[in-house]
Amino acid sequence: MPSEVLSAAPAATARPGAPARHLIEVVGVEKIFGDVATGHRALEAINILIEEKEFFTLLGPSGCGKTTLLRMIAGFEHPTTGEIWLQGKDVASLPPRERPVNMVFQNYALFPHLTVSQNVAFGLEMLRWKKADITARVQETLSLVKLAHFANRKPAQLSGGQQQRVALARALAPRPQVLLLDEPLSALDLKLRKEMQFELKRLQRETGITFILVTHDQEEALAMSDRIAVMNTGRVQQIGTPEEIYDHPTNRFVADFIGEANLIPGESLGRRADAIIAVRPEKIEIARPGVTPRISGVVDVATFLGSDTLMEITIPGGRLRARIRGAAKLPQGTEVGLVWETEAERELLD
Amino acid sequence: MLNKRSAYWLILPAVLVIGIFGAIPLFISLAYSFMSANPYGGVQAPLTFGAYVQMLFDQDFDGSLIFMPDYFWIAFRSLYLALATTILSLVIGFPVAWYIVCQSPGRRKVLLTLVSLPFWINTLIRTYCWILILRDEGLANKLFGWLGFISHPLPLLYNQGSVLLGLVYTFLPFMVLPIYATLERLDPRLIEASYDLYANRYQLFRRVIWPLTKPGIAAGTVLVFAPALGSFLQPDLLGGGKQLLIGSLIEMQFTSSRNWPFGAALSMLVTFAVILSLAWQRWRTKRAAAAQAA
Repeated sequence: MPSEVLSAAPAATARPGAPARHLIEVVGVEKIFGDVATGHRALEAINILIEEKEFFTLLGPSGCGKTTLLRMIAGFEHPTTGEIWLQGKDVASLPPRERPVNMVFQNYALFPHLTVSQNVAFGLEMLRWKKADITARVQETLSLVKLAHFANRKPAQLSGGQQQRVALARALAPRPQVLLLDEPLSALDLKLRKEMQFELKRLQRETGITFILVTHDQEEALAMSDRIAVMNTGRVQQIGTPEEIYDHPTNRFVADFIGEANLIPGESLGRRADAIIAVRPEKIEIARPGVTPRISGVVDVATFLGSDTLMEITIPGGRLRARIRGAAKLPQGTEVGLVWETEAERELLD
Repeated sequence: MLNKRSAYWLILPAVLVIGIFGAIPLFISLAYSFMSANPYGGVQAPLTFGAYVQMLFDQDFDGSLIFMPDYFWIAFRSLYLALATTILSLVIGFPVAWYIVCQSPGRRKVLLTLVSLPFWINTLIRTYCWILILRDEGLANKLFGWLGFISHPLPLLYNQGSVLLGLVYTFLPFMVLPIYATLERLDPRLIEASYDLYANRYQLFRRVIWPLTKPGIAAGTVLVFAPALGSFLQPDLLGGGKQLLIGSLIEMQFTSSRNWPFGAALSMLVTFAVILSLAWQRWRTKRAAAAQAA
């Protein structure tokens, strides 16, 4: 059993004093590849708390360190400094096999010489489960991912989506405390990806296992996560629920990376020169006659999208995108006044 | 697009090469093994099974056959030495191949060149070098004496051990290279996945690496076993002629003994043994595939 694996780990030391309040605590983690003085600093000052039964996402562009952090929780990398606590034990120096954590690899990494059920049974066999228990768990897990009919196929005989499900089943079969998913949907086409998003949510709900997902796709992160950590250049930029991250970005990177945002220099709005004002395109409206606009501009391009019209507007000191409801028939060169609710804007100071 | 007829023309060179250098000599040997020896070398009529009978029986003066197991023991010893060579090459070669795969691409190239470097020097010369190392006043004994391990030279040369050493030394690269080729194609994430799923190093090897490198191991086994079975250079030079193997025996039939039919018959025996081992391997892979399909 996974919990036995953890308790059997000789190097694990129980935290002195206070009991663990969180399932995972990443404390002051730093990772430098190569020489400490000159090497590449992949992660800096990472502090993350992850709760039980949470769907947590590490979101960021490629090279931001999200995969390194995930591999650190799995045990494939070890922090240069800092601690990783799992259920009140410091696991930072433990090898992967001594952590009750399983991983779904980016390109699945299924064992090509084993059948679907042998793949799913692999972890259980390594844990020396009884044969009857293994058979039962494999069947149960395969029906959980709706692959019961494919038990005797080889991975090469399956489609990409089916292989994905096998990888999920293989990692879920030992019922780990935490399931790690490294860009699990990136190899699937759009339709399948949407389907699998629901599947992953369902699996997480039904198993009650904590999921940690790594992705660069912000829509995916917003759709699935309970909480998101947005990362860039080896640092955590913001941690919060999808709503918090979308509506209240705390810095310029988050505002720009999540969804679409207009970053208006403070000067153009008559505010502090060092401030930047972030406004989502869909929050912007065209001022009715008689209303004082927050800013005025000239329509550059107006593209009708069916339910909305996307407008590119030139403003003093830059450009602005506005998503106006319905068909706004404004030809190029029209002067417009723009307004938005005060709570729709965020003042960012970097 | 190629039509069927031009496709046949394209495989013609391959068919010619295999035919001229492989099949025709084999059939000539087969034919010779059923003929009688010409005392001055070569073969002559009449057709006979004599060469095959000679493997196990000696003809007495009155023409009656007496069972004589000498040749059988030579064949047995050859088989045993070839098997030992194969197993030792595998045991030494697999870790070597693994070590090379674990290096950076640049170092891999250097190490692979080192593995294939002996091919650039004639086997005869390389085997002679082992005599210089192993003889009583050779490098090894001098070194041991200088280190104070021994007072009298060890008998390192002219025994079965030195023959085995020579065989393993000669054929080791044929084991390392195909295993390296399969290990190189092994996805490193499969190793990570195994560790992630609680495998220890032994289980990783037994359950993932071994099954996935089997094709390379099979190729290496054949490439070492077949030439080791027919070799005569190493047993002659390092065995001092005391350890007669089937390869040397065949060579003798075509040179000093001038009994070409018997030499041909013996080489048919070697060919048969190799074909048998290939067939066994094929049968095993087929059975394994069938077991997985079921």
